[in-house]
Amino acid sequence: MQASDRFNINSQLEHLQAKYVGTGHADLTRFEWAVNIQRDSYASYVGHYPMLAYFAIAENESIGRERYNFMQKMLLPCGLPPEREDD
Amino acid sequence: MDDEIQKTQEERKKMEEQLASMNSVTFDTDLYNTNRFEGYEKSIPVNDDDDTFDTENEVARKMASFTAPKQFFKEAPRAGEEDEPTGFNKPSKIIDREDDYRRRRLNRVISPERNDPFLDKTPGPEVRTYADVMREEALKRQKEELMKEIAKKKKEEQEKAADKKEEVEKPAQKRRNRWDQSQDDGGAKKAKAGSDWDLPDSTPGIGRWDATPTPGRVGDATPSVKKNRWDETPTPGRVADSDATPAGGATPGATPAGMSWDATPKLAGLATPTPKRQRSRWDETPATMGSATPMAGATPAAAYTPGVTPVGGVELATPTPGAINLRGPMTPEQYNLMRWEKDIEERNRPLTDEELDAMFPQEGYKILEPPPSYVPIRTPARKLLATPTPIGTPLYSIPEENRGQQFDVPKEMPGGLPFMKPEDYQYFGSLLNEEDEEELSPDEQKERKIMKLLLKVKNGTPPQRKTALRQLTDKAREFGAGPLFNRILPLLMQPTLEDQERHLLVKVIDRVLYKLDELVRPYVHKILVVIEPLLIDEDYYARVEGREIISNLSKAAGLATMIAAMRPDIDNIDEYVRNTTARAFSVVASALGIPALLPFLKAVCQSKKSWQARHTGIKIVQQIAILIGCAVLPHLRSLVEIIEHGLNDENQKVRTITALSLAALAEAAAPYGIESFDSVLKPLWKGIRSHRGKVLAAFLKAIGFIIPLMDAVYASYYTKEVMVILIREFQSPDEEMKKIVLKVVKQCVSTEGVEPDYIRQDILPEFFRNFWVRRMALDRRNYKQLVETTVEIANKVGVADIVGRIVEDLKDESEPYRRMVMETIEKVVANLGASDIDARLEELLIDGILYAFQEQTSDDANVMLNGFGAVVNALGQRVKPYLPQICGTIKWRLNNKSAKVRQQAADLISRIAVVMKQCGEEQLMGHLGVVLYEYLGEEYPEVLGSILGALKAIVNVIGMTKMTPPIKDLLPRLTPILKNRHEKVQENCIDLVGRIADRGAEFVPAREWMRICFELLEMLKAHKKGIRRATVNTFGYIAKAIGPQDVLATLLNNLKVQERQNRVCTTVAIAIVAETCSPFTVLPALMNEYRVPELNVQNGVLKSLSFLFEYIGEMGKDYIYAVTPLLEDALMDRDLVHRQTAASAVKHMALGVAGLGCEDALVHLLNYVWPNIFETSPHVINAVMEAIEGMRVALGAAVILNYCLQGLFHPARKVREVYWKIYNSLYIGAQDALVAAYPILEDDETNVFSRPELNMFI
Repeated sequence: MQASDRFNINSQLEHLQAKYVGTGHADLTRFEWAVNIQRDSYASYVGHYPMLAYFAIAENESIGRERYNFMQKMLLPCGLPPEREDD
Repeated sequence: MDDEIQKTQEERKKMEEQLASMNSVTFDTDLYNTNRFEGYEKSIPVNDDDDTFDTENEVARKMASFTAPKQFFKEAPRAGEEDEPTGFNKPSKIIDREDDYRRRRLNRVISPERNDPFLDKTPGPEVRTYADVMREEALKRQKEELMKEIAKKKKEEQEKAADKKEEVEKPAQKRRNRWDQSQDDGGAKKAKAGSDWDLPDSTPGIGRWDATPTPGRVGDATPSVKKNRWDETPTPGRVADSDATPAGGATPGATPAGMSWDATPKLAGLATPTPKRQRSRWDETPATMGSATPMAGATPAAAYTPGVTPVGGVELATPTPGAINLRGPMTPEQYNLMRWEKDIEERNRPLTDEELDAMFPQEGYKILEPPPSYVPIRTPARKLLATPTPIGTPLYSIPEENRGQQFDVPKEMPGGLPFMKPEDYQYFGSLLNEEDEEELSPDEQKERKIMKLLLKVKNGTPPQRKTALRQLTDKAREFGAGPLFNRILPLLMQPTLEDQERHLLVKVIDRVLYKLDELVRPYVHKILVVIEPLLIDEDYYARVEGREIISNLSKAAGLATMIAAMRPDIDNIDEYVRNTTARAFSVVASALGIPALLPFLKAVCQSKKSWQARHTGIKIVQQIAILIGCAVLPHLRSLVEIIEHGLNDENQKVRTITALSLAALAEAAAPYGIESFDSVLKPLWKGIRSHRGKVLAAFLKAIGFIIPLMDAVYASYYTKEVMVILIREFQSPDEEMKKIVLKVVKQCVSTEGVEPDYIRQDILPEFFRNFWVRRMALDRRNYKQLVETTVEIANKVGVADIVGRIVEDLKDESEPYRRMVMETIEKVVANLGASDIDARLEELLIDGILYAFQEQTSDDANVMLNGFGAVVNALGQRVKPYLPQICGTIKWRLNNKSAKVRQQAADLISRIAVVMKQCGEEQLMGHLGVVLYEYLGEEYPEVLGSILGALKAIVNVIGMTKMTPPIKDLLPRLTPILKNRHEKVQENCIDLVGRIADRGAEFVPAREWMRICFELLEMLKAHKKGIRRATVNTFGYIAKAIGPQDVLATLLNNLKVQERQNRVCTTVAIAIVAETCSPFTVLPALMNEYRVPELNVQNGVLKSLSFLFEYIGEMGKDYIYAVTPLLEDALMDRDLVHRQTAASAVKHMALGVAGLGCEDALVHLLNYVWPNIFETSPHVINAVMEAIEGMRVALGAAVILNYCLQGLFHPARKVREVYWKIYNSLYIGAQDALVAAYPILEDDETNVFSRPELNMFI
């Protein structure tokens, strides 16, 4: 953050952004971003009932099962994180 | 060494004896003085809450001495007030606005550090432990009691001695020790016998006490009980040193027989007797002046021997830093005194012959020869200063010229240090010794470093201050708590401290505290001594700051340390100390939680040893309630249990404070928690039957706050119980009691369950008989309370009862009383309407009001006016029969000689205009309109403003067509008034003109409106926002009336002016014109104006566009294509402001046309906006980001995401940062919408990134 940012509205914005898990920063890795994308997607599917219903018909599953599956997938949506080469 | 100590002690003893003899007589009287609350703030509320009834506070003792004539003390704060309207307060000294009670903070000593029991080592003998401190306190208390005893006995002795003077026996051979005298009973008689002989010695002297050294007192930091403020003039680095704090003379006589002081009676009399260490410097002659001062002891200020500086006295007042250095540190008081003295001398200097010639007429006066014996004494002080030395006349010697002398020019500080005020030399003087830093020991170096940083924080420029503060914070642990606090805390005790400086130093403490954490423990008490006074400061922010520090301190040091540090102060003999300690404890409680403190509070409140401890303990509970409000609820029961026994305490003060604490608790808990008070109901209700005076008042107050918590049934029962006592106390002559009784009546009456009939029969007759008397109107607080209570009663019993009882008093002969009646009627009628009022009462009311209105002589608060307005509006159409009479009065008063009366009459018209219309008195109003029109030549702006306001009210009510005088005559008369620079006139005039432009523009020729347009441009400069807003709106109306072209031309020309505010208002006006007359009438001319190659004009045009699109909203869809080329150009301009303003125009445009199918143009504009995301100037980047947000709304999140993707993983971090910032705000704004738009990421060997769900279809 620049010195000029510290006293204007941006500082509040930064604070607001820090409250949201899905927001990113310059050092975010591809993997982390992808995890956020996946979780946001699943959350969105679960949150919109018509979407769930659509998926349920397409996969021939019950809506509850679909919801359960999506929630489960949110745990490790992209598999294990890659080894960090640095540090 | 021992000799020296002994000598010091002896000297001190002597001084203290004399001091005691000065003080001891007043000592008892002010404790038991009956009239002691006169003229004091008895307590200082922590909140804005009014807990003024703190009877337990004792009167602040007057300062033992004054440093200057009293008028200067009075003058200083007033000067501050006068500055206020300018908006910039001159830095003000804290001490100037403090009352005597608050000034007692200076009496406190910064105690030496104490042992930290949490360290794993046994404290050495030199470390003060908790036990030591407690012992000292106990001793002090004992001493105090003994002193009282002695003083009492002494008084008796004197009385008896006067009786039995004839029986004087031989003086007792053996000189008796005071100890014996006070202890054995028979002593009084013997002492009395020898009283004549004994008198000078037998004054209850502290010296006496000191003569019998007690083991615990050897290293005592507080040599005397009757501390005098000079004791504490803290010398840096010598805080606890007893010989640095000699009890100086409160009186010149008390000064130890220093020759030098005797020679300067004026200085010594008023100024600080300088501590002894300094005195010795006075005595020694500075090397430079050696030859000029033959008698070292006799010429006090060596540098000012008359020969050197012929105007010695005056010169004294302008000490140059050099001179100060010569004489050693000068106390701030001395410096102030000198300033005053200089001032006085200049004013009182003798008139010269020329001045006298100028004053008196040439003829008729004769200049007399002065009598031969007359020798002029110019200034007594100088004369005395110059008095020849007692030991013969010295020979004259030619004074050497002092080349190093500085003539009033502040010395340049070494090493870029900020300017030092003379008061600062005492603390920072050593920074001026330009010694080699290398030669200093590491500790000294550290100390120097701290001092430098502190000086920078205190006096430096903002950047200096900032870096110094940061350094202090970062290095806090390295510096260590001891050196830091030993430097900071004395500064805070400096008597000439200013608000700003205190704020900064407190900030330093706060930061340092945070860093030092547990290291702060030994210094907790020291810090409290300087911070506690902030808790009772009159400045709200100072109080908040104090609370914050104490709260942080208690978190850093922990509860145990806080209690250990403050416990000794709980039963301190000084009420001031106990008061501040109680407040500090309440802050600790709110910081660490009430439960943690409960066991301690319980123990303190049950203390058997001293009533002071119980009193303070209970007061802590009160302060907790006041401080944390409804958060006491979870602990209410335990808090009440802790203090309830105090209601039956043997000490009256404890009973009083207990009742007050209960009141505070009940107030904080309202409307819940009645069950917690069950246990105290009985003692309270019993108490009100057995107590009298202040205790009763406190009990009543508690009851008053508890009753509203009760259920309706109980409330009614208990109200009836207490009402008997209340009605009895109605007659009490005590003002304090009156206020409390009124308040309790108000609380009882407003409670549900108290029946109107009961109030009518049992309370009203007595209430009106005792309270509705003229005397009640004289005291401001009584007046307020009585009005409030009566209004509350009226809410229960109705308008007619109350108004019927007091309406006759509108014709009372006392004006303040009439005003009180009027205010009550106004409030009652405004609350409840006038439907209860019958015809007879109505007649009386109008009659009374007219009388009161006409008879008023001074009414600054507009009580009569408001009352008149309220009653007339409440009566509505019923007022019709009285209107001719009212109008007659108004007309007559409009013609009055007094401006105030005319103004009121005009104001009254604006208040009753609506009712007049309701009554169908349009003809009367027209008549009034003509009258007012005739008075438009009024000279007084206040009155003129009111007249314009009245005209406006009439025009509003009867409409443009029926208005007399006709609008076409009225408006031309208003045009010149627009030039008036008075705010009230401007505001009312522009409102009236705007109103006419809005509703009746057709009555006035276009040329007149143009003329007005030019006048209006000037009004855009007005300071008041309301005026500027009315002005731009008027532009809109006028443009609508006469077409936008001419108005627009005027406005566009105005864009060329220099003043920013003027241009901004013009752009707003253009936008408004565009809004009222449709944008197509304005846009061509506006866009054409953009071609003018002038920054201000172009920016003005862009700003107008921005406002315009903001105002027209979705109407913008028709114009977006028209202005796009212009915005393209602006967004590519070199000038930052161009791009900024254009970006905000784009934002408004995008938000206005969202969903209206203008995406093509918006994407085009977004392509121009986007390159600006790397701007760094805060305003520009804000505008750009907002434009992008606007685009997100209009184009959808997916589009913006696509713009973002290119930079999220850019190799350059600076680029990534910006893009992620945009991504984040996008994400927060429309997270869900992004799900469908995220890019497809390729899986790699370990991870799966694909999202197959969205590919499904049926």
